[in-house]
Amino acid sequence: MAQKKHKVAVAHGSPAAGGHHEHHGGHHDHGHHDQEELKTFGFWLFLITDVILFGTLFATFAVLRLNVAGGPTGGDLIELPGIIASTFILLTSSFTSGLALLSMNKGNKNGLIGWLIVTALLGASFIYLEATEFIHLVNEGANIGTSAYWSAFFTLVGTHGLHVSVGLVWMIALIIQLSKRGITPVTKRKVNIISLYWHFLDVVWIFVFTIVYLMGVM
Amino acid sequence: MRRYYRMLMTVLFLTMAFALSGCSGAQYIVLDPKGPIGQSQKDLIIITTLLCAIIIVPVLILTAIIVWRYRDRPGRKASYQPHWEHSTKLEATWWAIPIVIIAIIGVVTVNYTYMLEPSKPLESDKQPITIQATSMDWKWLFTYPDEDIATVNYIKFPEGVPIRFQLTADTAMNSFWIPQLGGQLYSMSGMAMTLYLQADEQGSYYGSGANFNGKDFAQMTFTADAVSQEEYDKWVSEVKGDAPVLTMDGYESLTSPGPSDVQLFSSFPEGLFDKIVTQYVEEGGGGHGHHGASASDPKTDDSQTAFNTNSTQNEHAGH
Amino acid sequence: MWDKIKEFSSEFFVTGDPLILGAQVSIGLTLVAVVLVLTYFKKWRWLWSEWLTSVDHKRIGIMYIICSILMLFRGGVDALLMRTQLAAPELEFLTAEHYNQIFTTHGVIMILFMAMPLMFGLFNIVVPLQIGARDVAFPFLNSLSFWMFFFGAMLFNLSFVIGGSPDAGWLAYPPLSELSGSPGVGQDFYIWGIQISGMGSLATGINFIVTILKMRAPGMKLMKMPMFTWSVLSSSLTIILAFPILTVTLFLLFLDRYAGAHFFTLDGGGNPMMYINLIWMWGHPEVYIVVLPAFGIFSEIVSTFSKKRLFGYSSMVYALMSISIVSFFTWAHHFFTMGSGANVNAFFAVSTMIIAIPTGVKVFNWLFTMFRGKLSFPTPMMWTIAFIPCFVIGGMTGVMLSVAPADFQYHNSYFLIAHFHQTLIGGVVFGFFAGLYYWWPKMFGFKLHEGLGKWAFWFWNIGFYVCFMPQYALGFMGMTRRFNEYNFDMGWQPLNVVSTVGAFLMGIAFLFQVWQIAHSIRFYKKEPTGDTWNGRSLEWSIPSPAPMYNFARTPIVTSRDDWWEKKERRRKGEPELPHVAKAEQAPLEPIHMPRNSGVPFVMSFFWFIAGFGFVWDWTWMVIPGLIGVIVCMLVRSFTYNTDYYVPVDEIERTEAAARGAH
Repeated sequence: MAQKKHKVAVAHGSPAAGGHHEHHGGHHDHGHHDQEELKTFGFWLFLITDVILFGTLFATFAVLRLNVAGGPTGGDLIELPGIIASTFILLTSSFTSGLALLSMNKGNKNGLIGWLIVTALLGASFIYLEATEFIHLVNEGANIGTSAYWSAFFTLVGTHGLHVSVGLVWMIALIIQLSKRGITPVTKRKVNIISLYWHFLDVVWIFVFTIVYLMGVM
Repeated sequence: MRRYYRMLMTVLFLTMAFALSGCSGAQYIVLDPKGPIGQSQKDLIIITTLLCAIIIVPVLILTAIIVWRYRDRPGRKASYQPHWEHSTKLEATWWAIPIVIIAIIGVVTVNYTYMLEPSKPLESDKQPITIQATSMDWKWLFTYPDEDIATVNYIKFPEGVPIRFQLTADTAMNSFWIPQLGGQLYSMSGMAMTLYLQADEQGSYYGSGANFNGKDFAQMTFTADAVSQEEYDKWVSEVKGDAPVLTMDGYESLTSPGPSDVQLFSSFPEGLFDKIVTQYVEEGGGGHGHHGASASDPKTDDSQTAFNTNSTQNEHAGH
Repeated sequence: MWDKIKEFSSEFFVTGDPLILGAQVSIGLTLVAVVLVLTYFKKWRWLWSEWLTSVDHKRIGIMYIICSILMLFRGGVDALLMRTQLAAPELEFLTAEHYNQIFTTHGVIMILFMAMPLMFGLFNIVVPLQIGARDVAFPFLNSLSFWMFFFGAMLFNLSFVIGGSPDAGWLAYPPLSELSGSPGVGQDFYIWGIQISGMGSLATGINFIVTILKMRAPGMKLMKMPMFTWSVLSSSLTIILAFPILTVTLFLLFLDRYAGAHFFTLDGGGNPMMYINLIWMWGHPEVYIVVLPAFGIFSEIVSTFSKKRLFGYSSMVYALMSISIVSFFTWAHHFFTMGSGANVNAFFAVSTMIIAIPTGVKVFNWLFTMFRGKLSFPTPMMWTIAFIPCFVIGGMTGVMLSVAPADFQYHNSYFLIAHFHQTLIGGVVFGFFAGLYYWWPKMFGFKLHEGLGKWAFWFWNIGFYVCFMPQYALGFMGMTRRFNEYNFDMGWQPLNVVSTVGAFLMGIAFLFQVWQIAHSIRFYKKEPTGDTWNGRSLEWSIPSPAPMYNFARTPIVTSRDDWWEKKERRRKGEPELPHVAKAEQAPLEPIHMPRNSGVPFVMSFFWFIAGFGFVWDWTWMVIPGLIGVIVCMLVRSFTYNTDYYVPVDEIERTEAAARGAH
């Protein structure tokens, strides 16, 4: 049955390369492997669209960065130490998600889940710090309607925060799935994808940190 | 029901009238320019149309010939080569032809683009007259800063004198267009755009707001009268003598949405146009008025270049 | 209390206009009729399990096409209303507000809810069959895309009867589209209708790139792909690069209206011109997104009905790809009159003209595909032949418009209107019609009646020229787009009347098409083979309509026109190539297929709920909507049983039934 299964699966994910079909006799789970590969490739394409999404938001911010309409500027209100702390937290979480992958590749389910939990906790504290910062700004008199600058600021930083929050929900769902099903080709692909996503958000944050905070505030 | 019946009859009648009379009454005003800008644009339209026709007409003829000659029918003589799919020579030819034509059109276009840049002053031995045009909901307010008169939906100026139009919008953007004098330019809030036009002949020209800006947008047409210098001077002094004054309150009531008839005013509040341009700029902030000029700083981000329209305009604002 | 309800409902429902009232009544009656018919024939379960939950690309494609034809009807009625008003503005058939709403919805519906779904429908039906795949890469996501489109379109169309239609133009330039200019909910319907369906389009783009790059039959190298598949690839690449910009732009406009942000407002340092830049950075590639697949369709058809290989295949591929790249660098030609300075205008003028080069090459290649061919003229070919002169003229006026200083005179005039209708109708609509007629037998197993199709063709074409040629002249006469009336004695009326007559001829053409479809169903005649047109690519090698799994055995591809070459070998009595023969004689194996799922439908419905809540600013409705969306995603994530195997005996039965039919 196992033999049959992988053969037919090839038919579904028909590989592009000619002649590929002729020697599929040897590998197990080849079909699933193909399916998972498709999904990973699709996710890369999704990341391209997300790059453009953030690119557009960065461009918007660049255009509007001086338009404070007589209100407070970023430099007036933003407190950098908190931002630096959250930057380190997010960078660390990227590192721990890498450690999770290492555990997964060693087949260490508990290690994988453990590191994912650490990553999620770090992500949650990043979100907590961001929320605190936003509340602080609103109390200081800068909200999304204060001026074009603050509209662009809250939208750009907030969209990144929203992405991280979505990642958190997803990661929790994945931790539950891993504890129920262990490391399978499907869960393996899911972990790979979410760690890709997580690294991507980290890179985006580095740009946010540089452009919005360092260049904008200093 | 009656309305629909009447409409049907009108349609029938007009179709018949049109069929009988041909295109009489048609005025191709874009192709009948009365000023130097419009004239150059008409030349350009004709040049580019001819250049395009060089390639289009043969293609149309070729299409007809090929479709006719190679149609499937018994006993046809034309050859049939089902595997013929490539010819480097032929393909190189039809990559080359459009490239050459487009290159020529491109060079012509670039030259004319610099020549006809709307903010470029016209060469003339006469001093230009400035008219400030504000598109409002849904009327045009014109102010003559030198003569200190104002009009709504009507302008008059002397022939043969360059007119420097300064354009802005009170709210939504519009586009200022007098087809027989030259092409249009957007009027946008927070900016003062410059457009030079000139009428070489006396006449009464059609002007419109060409960009949709809300409910009564179709009412934003106006007449532009080009008259002799004497007649113009006479008109100015008449307006100064007879017409009412446009007060700040009067201006406020103009801003309320709605169409308007022609109105004339013997004076207007000082600096009204500047007030309209800068009305959305908060004190001390960098709105998109004059303060936006810093955005044109060459050091700034590349992504900025596409958006720096604001700042380039301010250089033309000429306050 | 009663007064409050009355006040609310007068704001909630669109009231007062007899035209709208009539439409509301007929929509209501149609809905009741649909429900009664489904209940009477006990078809609800069938509808749900066979269609609404289907992940089969062929069924999804059919659903896309049905929706797009309905939307064509609505957009077409909008057009006829506008033309009626313009033929005799003094009668005030439409008020200014109503006219503004109609040209706005006409534009949005025709581009986003007619052209896009018709295109996606053809993508879905054709691409997997052409590349020898069993389905698209992500069938579940494909279904989700469709339902997102469907509910987005529903939300947009709902504004017709509830709340009021948007009226700020199809691209909704601020500040007119801001709360200050459009305080009503119409603009919010616009934002959320497009936003929801736009997310679906984005996913479709990703789906088809993966499908085409990863799921081609063995042996089908990139340069052996059918040209339609190439065009879908280039269009999909353009989608994934352009649509995120639309998503962001609409989101920012939404924040302005909903949260009081200042992106595009007049006050607070907002920059309305930034919106115009952003929307055209999506909007210009968008027109290439819809026209590139039409180019692909013409390539398929012209080669099939010339019984000849497509001329200049690699030129065609390079042309497609260069068009999709250059299309990202031309957006500012939509506002040369913004006064961005000569440098900017010169750059965008030249970049726009450059697109004419690959397009011109394509035209020559189509012509030389016919050259030395053997041409026959069934309806798909007629549309293709009609397309060439129409598009060539449209392209020429496009080059004229791209000449920046001349554009100062064309901009916003009827010259522009005539130009883009000529490229969009002459290119996109003619192309999709050609494709629809061409692949119709593959979708349903019967041909559309040719005679009625020719009537429709001639009405469309004559109507088109009668309608739009006068508009070029009107442009030179200074007539501006979006005028609902013209008081000046400009001599515009005669040509407007002619134009209106043309529009109604196209309306009659549409009726012919409806009649044609009804007639062909009524006098159903099964296609004897799966190869109606003596086709060239893989989709014609399988029965019509295609079995659920498409190919019983994965085909092995050896050349560009693989099916044609195979037929040639058979005709000449040559033996089949050994590795192909071996694969064709191999025993059947169970086929791996995705399971149907109700999640896409439910999830899109929750998006609809959330969108409707956002429109009315009803947080109590937004929150459950968004929670529903998240729950649906989680449900999907926790579902591991997503596929199954079709057993061999079922394949054998299906194949025998399909082959037995002829």
